[in-house]
Amino acid sequence: MDLLIFQIPILMVQASIDGILLGILFALIAYGMALQWGVMNIINIAQGELVILGGYIAYFMYIMGIHPAFGVIVSPIIMYFVGWSLYKLVIYRVVDRDLFISILATFGISILTQQLMNFAFGSDVVVAQSNFGTTMLFNYMVTIPNSKLFAAIVSIIFAVILVMYMRRSKLGRAIRATAQNPRAAKILGVDTEKVYAVTFGINAALCGIAGSLIAITFTLHPYVGLPYTVRSFMIVIIAGLGNLPGVALSGMGLGVFEEFSDYIFGTEFRIAAVFLLLVVILVYRRFKLSRKREYLK
Amino acid sequence: MINQKTFLYLAILAFGILAPFIFPSYKLQISIMWILVVLSLTWDVQGGQMGYNTFGNIMFFGLGMYVCSSFHIGIFFPLAEWTASGGEKTFIHTPSQFFQGFFIGLILAGIIPALVAAIIGYGILGLRGHYFAICTLGLGIAAGELAGGIELVGAGQGMTSPPWPKGIGDTELRSEFFYYICFLLMSSTFLFLRWAYSKRFGLVLNAIRDNEDKAEAMGINTMQYKIMGWVVSAFFVGIAGGLMGNMIGYIEPVETAFAGRTFGVFMVLMAILGGKGTLWGPVIGAIAFHVFKEGFWTFFLGWQYVALGALIVIVVIFFPEGIMGWLREKYPKRFGELVDEKDRKAQVELK
Repeated sequence: MDLLIFQIPILMVQASIDGILLGILFALIAYGMALQWGVMNIINIAQGELVILGGYIAYFMYIMGIHPAFGVIVSPIIMYFVGWSLYKLVIYRVVDRDLFISILATFGISILTQQLMNFAFGSDVVVAQSNFGTTMLFNYMVTIPNSKLFAAIVSIIFAVILVMYMRRSKLGRAIRATAQNPRAAKILGVDTEKVYAVTFGINAALCGIAGSLIAITFTLHPYVGLPYTVRSFMIVIIAGLGNLPGVALSGMGLGVFEEFSDYIFGTEFRIAAVFLLLVVILVYRRFKLSRKREYLK
Repeated sequence: MINQKTFLYLAILAFGILAPFIFPSYKLQISIMWILVVLSLTWDVQGGQMGYNTFGNIMFFGLGMYVCSSFHIGIFFPLAEWTASGGEKTFIHTPSQFFQGFFIGLILAGIIPALVAAIIGYGILGLRGHYFAICTLGLGIAAGELAGGIELVGAGQGMTSPPWPKGIGDTELRSEFFYYICFLLMSSTFLFLRWAYSKRFGLVLNAIRDNEDKAEAMGINTMQYKIMGWVVSAFFVGIAGGLMGNMIGYIEPVETAFAGRTFGVFMVLMAILGGKGTLWGPVIGAIAFHVFKEGFWTFFLGWQYVALGALIVIVVIFFPEGIMGWLREKYPKRFGELVDEKDRKAQVELK
């Protein structure tokens, strides 16, 4: 327990800014999760692994001598096809089955992907240097790496593009229709199989964007995917499905929570804090609902 | 001719007792197999019989492991110095200290996880379906991360469990000793669950799985039974963990104790592979999985997690009913189902 943050209040500003910038990234991943959860009714435990895989694509470009920021464009394209083929290989078999089947199947995919990434990229912690420099605020008391600002801005741009796409385009409308009622959508001529494949592809592409941003702002490691899954799950259950401002806000809230917990409990308990927060939120919601004799659905 | 069932039990008992002499070099492997049977049997209490798919039973496994070793050491020696000394053994158990500490530790390794399950059960078991699954997944991982931050039990480096005391026999005796305790644990878990499933407890668990709201409307205090089920699981898993920690001799928070990536997944997979919701399914699944795992691990070292992931996907998607489900479809008469050949043929024609 370290109370430095309460003695030096400017650290709170630092933690809040870091947290918000981080939270925007989380919100992007959570948006992908909300999309596939709402449309296909599956929970993808391999979400975090898709993020890390997208990050490794940017890292690979960095090794090849290309600036990793271009990963933001390349990674989603590759990840879209990864997601699409994943759907065609495995996911379509679990779409209309019990949710636990999808959880377990994607858990298997997640273990498999982790190990393949370990073979391909090694088990070292890697980072793709972006050399963007840092911005200083408040007389050098608060430092913000420009790469984080870049990451936040890029995520917002992509999120806006996606929202517009979902609202305006024909396919976007088909996706929303399928989310509302797959059977009715089918009757009205929507090719739901294709919609599902595209949705999963879009989700993977979003993970790819987030991953390549994580590659330049934070670190990558084959086995750190699960916390990203849990964070996005948490954000979705706080915000609810289909509540976009809620996803953005709770993502930022989670980011701020993590940064503060870093200062208060120490960095080694960061993952534990995230997972315990998940438990606390779920149990809190359960008690709140059980007064009305309902339960989380 | 003796009853087929008695014959089966006698055969298993004979195998269990004689195995260390028939396969002397596989003693540790077979002991781990019994532990795996315990894990999958107890997972099945939640996942199969009750319909609550938990990923968090590994938490009790790790807790049991830490509790057992901590008491095993802590009763006689200062625990903090023991963990600080790491591999350098400054304290040595005498044989009587070793066994006293071991059994006290083992009993507490059952009781403390059971208490934890009872305390957190009320909050956690109110969640349903996938929320329960993800919540317990989070609990298991959080427990590992927390254990990795506690200095007293060695933090991230982990701790060693006491070595076999000198002067009462060699490592052969050690592995035989642990082998028989594992076998005893497996048999008692199996017999206890067999007894419990035949009572009201088993019926209520199945009622909860089939429709919890209706079970509640029938006047059953479902929460009480859910907690009871979890306590039973936690008790046996905790003891299994304590044994495992002593057998391996080394406890590491994320890789051996709260090993969500290995044992935590194995127990789910084994129960599903064997056929969840049946008494024998988890046993068969655990044995089949262990044989597969050992074979694969030996010949394709490095690819084990790829194989594990692929196996999970294949089993879950194509064989969600498991071996027992497959047998049941193939030989329905053996499972006490009435088979009407005419009706069956008629249905085939309809298809």
